[in-house]
Amino acid sequence: MSNNEILREFLLETHENLGLLDSDLVKLEVNPGEKSTLAEIFRTFHSVKGTAGFMGLVKLQTVAHSAENLLSRLRAEEICFTPPIATALLRVVDAIREILSNVEATGGEGTGDYTALAAEVDRLRETGAADSKPSVVLQTPIANVINDGMPSARAALQAADDDRTLFVSKSLIAPPPEPQAPRSEGTTELAPAAALVLETPDVAAAADSVPAPRDFAALAAPAPDRSAPVAAALPVAAALPVADALPVAAALPVAGETPETRLGGVTDAAIRVDVGLLDKLMTLVGELVLARNQILQHSDTYEDSGLLGAVQRLNLLTTELQASVMKTRMQPIGNVLNKFPRIVRDLSLACGKKVRFDMEGRDTELDKSLIEAIRDPLTHMIRNAVDHGIEPPEVRRANGKPDEGRLRMLAFHEGGKVIIEVSDDGAGIDVMKVRDKAIAAKLITAEAAARMSRQELLRLVFLPGFSTTDRVTQFSGRGVGMDVVRTNMEKIGGAVEIESTLGEGTTVRTKIPLTLAIIPALIVSSGGERFAIPQASLLELVWLDPEQAQRGIEWLHGAPVYRLRGALLPLVFLDEQLQLSAARPEGVDINIVVLQADDRPFGLVVDAIRDTEEIVVKPLQKQLKGIAVFAGAAIMGDGRIALVLDIAGLAQQASVIAGAKNRTLTEEPDSSPAAEETQPLLLFATRGGGQMAIPLSQVARLEEFPRSNLEWLGENQVVQYRGDILLLIDVAEGMQHLAGRGAATPAASAAPDQSTETIPVVVYGSNEERVGLIVGRILDIVNEPVTVQARANRPGALFTSIVQDKVTEFVDVAALVRQAQRGAEPSTN
Amino acid sequence: MATPQQFCTFYLGEQCYGLDVLQVQEIVRSQPPTRVPLAPPMVLGLINLRGQIVTAIDLRRRLGLPERSEGGESVNVVVQTDDGAVSLLVDEIGDVLGVTHQQFERPPETLRGVARELIRGAYKLPDRLLVILDLEKIVSVTETANSPA
Repeated sequence: MSNNEILREFLLETHENLGLLDSDLVKLEVNPGEKSTLAEIFRTFHSVKGTAGFMGLVKLQTVAHSAENLLSRLRAEEICFTPPIATALLRVVDAIREILSNVEATGGEGTGDYTALAAEVDRLRETGAADSKPSVVLQTPIANVINDGMPSARAALQAADDDRTLFVSKSLIAPPPEPQAPRSEGTTELAPAAALVLETPDVAAAADSVPAPRDFAALAAPAPDRSAPVAAALPVAAALPVADALPVAAALPVAGETPETRLGGVTDAAIRVDVGLLDKLMTLVGELVLARNQILQHSDTYEDSGLLGAVQRLNLLTTELQASVMKTRMQPIGNVLNKFPRIVRDLSLACGKKVRFDMEGRDTELDKSLIEAIRDPLTHMIRNAVDHGIEPPEVRRANGKPDEGRLRMLAFHEGGKVIIEVSDDGAGIDVMKVRDKAIAAKLITAEAAARMSRQELLRLVFLPGFSTTDRVTQFSGRGVGMDVVRTNMEKIGGAVEIESTLGEGTTVRTKIPLTLAIIPALIVSSGGERFAIPQASLLELVWLDPEQAQRGIEWLHGAPVYRLRGALLPLVFLDEQLQLSAARPEGVDINIVVLQADDRPFGLVVDAIRDTEEIVVKPLQKQLKGIAVFAGAAIMGDGRIALVLDIAGLAQQASVIAGAKNRTLTEEPDSSPAAEETQPLLLFATRGGGQMAIPLSQVARLEEFPRSNLEWLGENQVVQYRGDILLLIDVAEGMQHLAGRGAATPAASAAPDQSTETIPVVVYGSNEERVGLIVGRILDIVNEPVTVQARANRPGALFTSIVQDKVTEFVDVAALVRQAQRGAEPSTN
Repeated sequence: MATPQQFCTFYLGEQCYGLDVLQVQEIVRSQPPTRVPLAPPMVLGLINLRGQIVTAIDLRRRLGLPERSEGGESVNVVVQTDDGAVSLLVDEIGDVLGVTHQQFERPPETLRGVARELIRGAYKLPDRLLVILDLEKIVSVTETANSPA
């Protein structure tokens, strides 16, 4: 093994150990009496120190050494574990981390000076000590191990018959007996160990099958302990191939860790494998599955029962192999959670808060790549909870809560997804404050806010920009960077939800898919090619028969749209976007795949919808990287390749969404109308004859109601509409009201134009809060640049512009709605 | 320069081309690629090489040669690049030839067009010229002549 490889191994292993140290130290701080934890910490520092010395990392060795000295006194119960000690030790952990990252980046230890830290640790060791014995015992544990281990191993070797080989499988070894257990008990442990002994007459073969020597470093240490009794009890089975590896094991400081460290050890059964190798295995297994499928198909034509049986077995084995290989990529979520106790501790100290942190479900498994991806969002959520959620002790006491806040992180599987919940019993989120803040930051308009449900208001904290406001206001809720949490989660196909009760606490719940490697996809075809659409962005499928297709697809000034439950859905033709065959035959059925990109739905028209399939998305090579509409490619069940569509990229190319993400909940009328962009407008004539306009994006539907359907509710006119009561506002009349005229009796002037049988109504707004605008006549839908030609000269109008050569007023619907509601209030009192 | 360098040779029409044999991973029979819409014209599509998705480049189009005649034979030369394996579609595969440095000559000034920057030079074999291609430039489609015009 080259030096570099050893260094890499060392870095990997030490990083893992540091993660453990963080959580162990915090654990120990809570329970200073826990001897096993202390021992664990000691061992970790010890092995880091040993390896650092071995690698010639002097600084690292020095800091680790001082920490170890301190720990040895703690272990001897000469001093007590106190928070200052915990802090100092955690700082040592940080220093080690810093040195390691320097080593990783530059190969050197860096320029950091850690003598002060070491001195501080040394000082802590001296103070609080009853008597100051110099700590010389340090090297004994490892020495003991080797001295104890070696002779017995040697004895075993001598007793061994050279033609026989003993294998001890690492993963099969039962947990070792208590480390302090008397030797004699070792023999009673024999039975399980003996069961694990395999005999091979051929030493050479055995030697071949011995993996890399390194694996034996870990293996060798437990082995000698057992080999003596094994050899004694089973004189037949003997010689250890392990013997070859023994010198290596002795040379590696790691060996000192093995026999004792295994107290709570599950790590024993694990080996490190390069992720690239796993990916390759996945690929090969995928191909094997394809080959199996082909064999299955062909075997149908044979009657040979032997062949069919073999094929059946192949089938089962392949399926199982595939499942197992997929499992290799899974890691317990604990790997990422381990560092959180430390973060919570540091943060709560810094904020002057008391927080009890519990974690559940650390064994929940998740794909390795996802584990990395959720690290930052989770950290953010935890920070938010401590920083903003949990109140300072005084406040908590005043509110009748225990001083110590509770923060809980819960991970579990549900419905093929991993759910991670972070909940606190803090102040909760004041939705009203969230609303005010969002309005102040111009993220939403007051009108939009007024129409929002509580849940919708809560979701405002996820809006980009919501977090960037300064924290001087310090309202006690979440919000700092929650949009980052959301975008990060969405990037990996996850979702975030938030629940909060004012004064009782907040729960943020994230849902993450189990794996990134395999995603469910909808397979469609267009222009004779197959494409895969990730199901994460899929909303629904709409099928139109030829007749419906004829009527269903409407053209809005050249842009195809479809009315999906009243809302206009922009349509994008896939073959057109991909410049496949342009000619679409008339009079065929139409398949619309309703997709969502950046919260904006659009319909993708494809030739046919095939099937859903689980696919492994692979990136495209650099020759094709520049094509934004493809996210990658995947190999289908039949061995052919299909391209995977990038829905966001496709939407962007088709201009469904703008390049920059500027479509928030901001409503059109309030956003600066000065922009030169064209927007679709609905033009209508008022009864007075003037031309007015509203943005089409806010129009849910155009309706005509028979006059007889109109009913009165208080002072307002309403109509029954799709099972709801739709408030009607007469635009012309509303404007008069606003101007302060004609306020006398709305009833009298409400329906002046009695001549027509039906009245045209523009259904305006989103699902929850719709209003119907009574207009004189619908004129047209146009797509025009909107420029403010003149300011509004009366209330109820936003501004005036020239559209299609006519002076046009833009209606301030929000003002009309307010007016109508005001009008209703006095009458109810 | 005593040790001869080995080249994997192949043909486009009558012309013989060579790539360093160490850059060539394998030769596979041609299989219908999956078309990639919007891709540069020289990208024929994607092929499945034992579970690996490999971009197939039509070397004729890349070098600005006339299209292969309908139904003409073709072979995939799979080469190793920084970005993984890439397949080059050629007409016919030749032998692996050992040549010495003395036989090499840089391309003449009269060689023009896209091919100029893709050709490193030629080895003068007794009976023909062996044209040596610059693999890195051949596969970096994005930088040169990318747009379908």
